[in-house]
Amino acid sequence: MPDIISVTKLSKQFRDIKAVDELSFTVKEGDVYGFLGQNGAGKSTTIRMLLTLIEPTGGEIEVMGMNLRTHRKEILRNVGAVIEKPDLYKYLTAYENLSLFAKISGVKIPAAKIKEQLELVGLSERANSKVKTFSQGMKQRLGIAVALVHNPKLIILDEPVNGLDPQGIADIRNLILQLSKSMGKTVMVSSHLLNEIELIASRVLIIDKGKKIKEGTAAELFDPANTIIELSVANPKEVWEKLKQTGWKDSLYLTEGEMILMKLHKSNIPSLFKTLSEMGAEIYSLSPRHSLEDYFLSITTQNRHVETFAN
Amino acid sequence: MWKLLQIELFKIYKRPRTYISFAAVLAIVSVVQIALRYDGQSYIGFMMSGLSDTFEFQNEKVLNGYLVCFIILNTLLIHVPLLVALIAADAVAGEANMGTLRLLVSKPISRTQLILVKFTASVLYIILLLLWMAVLALFVSIMIFGTNDMVVLRNDSFHQMQVNDVLWRYFMAFAYATVAMSTVAALSLLLSVFAENSVGPIVATISIVIVLTILSEMNIPLYDKTVKPWLFTSHMVAWKGFFYVKSTEDGETIRGSVENLPAITRSFSILLGYIILFTGLAVLSFNKKDILS
Repeated sequence: MPDIISVTKLSKQFRDIKAVDELSFTVKEGDVYGFLGQNGAGKSTTIRMLLTLIEPTGGEIEVMGMNLRTHRKEILRNVGAVIEKPDLYKYLTAYENLSLFAKISGVKIPAAKIKEQLELVGLSERANSKVKTFSQGMKQRLGIAVALVHNPKLIILDEPVNGLDPQGIADIRNLILQLSKSMGKTVMVSSHLLNEIELIASRVLIIDKGKKIKEGTAAELFDPANTIIELSVANPKEVWEKLKQTGWKDSLYLTEGEMILMKLHKSNIPSLFKTLSEMGAEIYSLSPRHSLEDYFLSITTQNRHVETFAN
Repeated sequence: MWKLLQIELFKIYKRPRTYISFAAVLAIVSVVQIALRYDGQSYIGFMMSGLSDTFEFQNEKVLNGYLVCFIILNTLLIHVPLLVALIAADAVAGEANMGTLRLLVSKPISRTQLILVKFTASVLYIILLLLWMAVLALFVSIMIFGTNDMVVLRNDSFHQMQVNDVLWRYFMAFAYATVAMSTVAALSLLLSVFAENSVGPIVATISIVIVLTILSEMNIPLYDKTVKPWLFTSHMVAWKGFFYVKSTEDGETIRGSVENLPAITRSFSILLGYIILFTGLAVLSFNKKDILS
């Protein structure tokens, strides 16, 4: 698949803060590209540079094979975006908002198509309601409809599930999958909710302090051999010491509060359970922790703040 | 560009805030008309008291629709900038506050186009507001008070225009007022580019207009020739010049004349210069601005 986005050594300096630091990555056509990072990692700044909201201080951006500086209008005609909160004109109806942004996108959209978009995001019954009466989830869905209304090739969603309830999150997740699988769109989605990215992304980029930490396929990042196990026991210090005397020594990872974290292959969980039972540990819970989250913790700066019993 | 302008006008039309100005104009004009309807003669008597020793006025003829409109414009045009700022200062900052600015700027339209369209929409709004004012202050006043020759006081003298020599002057005065208010709109738009919500630029515009108006009105010799000629507020009231007429050596007013047309033209040019300056700066600043809202 050809590259739809190609970013080379992209940088943004805000006075004394380097928000994005020589970031390079590529998004292939048809990807659901997960863009991960903690709050303040530089995700939104990068996305805003992709959408020409912020002028980069260095680097190049090519979208659909065209340079963003020289072909801004052609590129943006084929891009739909939801940037952080899906803020729309509150005093207009859903239909009016959609119709207005379709016109601004430079594409003539028939009324039937606008209604179809509202149908797609489940808002057809509220087409004539003012946006100020909408819940956060409805606004989010309308924001996505606005991003889609001019039939763009590339959709950029910045933190699309922020502030949504579990049902709203599931709806957006299903919509993204539908856009990718049924409609063949390329979707770049940023989030700090790692489990969401894991469920939808085919390729993932992780950034921290504006720098690339890791880029690869979801399968490469979510390796079962590096599953993090979260173990909650009655006396964690004692269990930690006992495990150090066993063959599980190398699997001991670190501790988080009263939890013991171990890194092992997912298939070894039953035998770990057996060992713990044999050593008489009172187990409250033993479960694999979210792989990407732990992967993220292990490769970004946040793990520096985690204490271990070993230390 | 035309499509963008239509969208901008649609947004202004749909915003409840838009109608505050129209309601305010209706309220002020009505208050003045009611007051003059019931107590106009004594007002005219008071106004003409300085001249009554030299000239004899028939107060019931002097108080007519044309004079009432002049009185209203004199009072109201000082306050209209505040109403203009409500809309123009909201143009960019209001979008930033709502969060729609980032959506707009990420669409395939240039930032220059966006600012120019917002300015044009503000000017069209001003034209509508002034038309509304013309209907209420001029035509409704004519309906209530009738028409007659118009007498305008100026310091310790007066100018008299024949009844059929007045309407075109109002047409020119309203056209001039549109340019004057557009200067305020351009200033508001410029300030709006730097703000994330519209309160700041509205207050800043009003403050600048008030401070500069005070400076324009002050009689300080130091400022008279150095500062005042270049303040846009000094030129915003030049519409009154259309009601100052030339007269013959016998004291007869010359029909269709304007006492100092070059001064009006100069004021008009200075206001146009300010509009170009403020709008140009707004375009430049907006093109360089990182949209972080």
